[in-house]
Amino acid sequence: MALTKADFAENLFNVLGLNKREAKDMVDLFFEEIKHSLDHGEQVKLSGFGKFELRDKKGRPGRNPKTGKEIPITARRVVTFRSGQKLKARVEAYAGAE
Amino acid sequence: MSPFLFFLFLTGAKVTKSELIDVLTKQQKHLVLKDVELTVKCIIEQMNQALAAGERIEIRGFGSFSLRVRAPRIGRNPKTGESVTLAKKHVPHFKPGKELRDRVNESASKYKIVE
Repeated sequence: MALTKADFAENLFNVLGLNKREAKDMVDLFFEEIKHSLDHGEQVKLSGFGKFELRDKKGRPGRNPKTGKEIPITARRVVTFRSGQKLKARVEAYAGAE
Repeated sequence: MSPFLFFLFLTGAKVTKSELIDVLTKQQKHLVLKDVELTVKCIIEQMNQALAAGERIEIRGFGSFSLRVRAPRIGRNPKTGESVTLAKKHVPHFKPGKELRDRVNESASKYKIVE
């Protein structure tokens, strides 16, 4: 089961005692604000977690892997995530099933 | 240009956690700065814990976080040239959601990436 926004809101209610409305609003606002920064050309760095970076990629010739037909890949801006040291270290230790 | 964007324009820096906390504080009426700070820390800690436990995170319109496996390999100490065996490990992976992907891509013609 994946963690969703509802789980974050639930946790804010349990841990910080925000009421359910506030908790839901804050979770929505948190992710919306990161999106807002990113779609204004601003990269976001959350210490203790990681960085959301932006890259402008040039167009390049591509290929439909199924049909082998050539189709151009247009220039685009993409978001990449780089996890911070702390998160990396914590995840590295995870030994469970893949 | 909003004061916040102007500030970024001046500093040329990435949006940091504390800047995000400031903006979030201004955008709602229920919580004071201190509580927003706790809220943001709480969300981030929950994400860290989930990933450390191998759990996926799925935020609609934003994206999903999951773990990828890195196979064990023989690495080399670049200084001594000595080879070291590196165990299989997991690394965090983020896949942007459709809304974020589209919004960011469409913004490319309007905004330069702030370095």
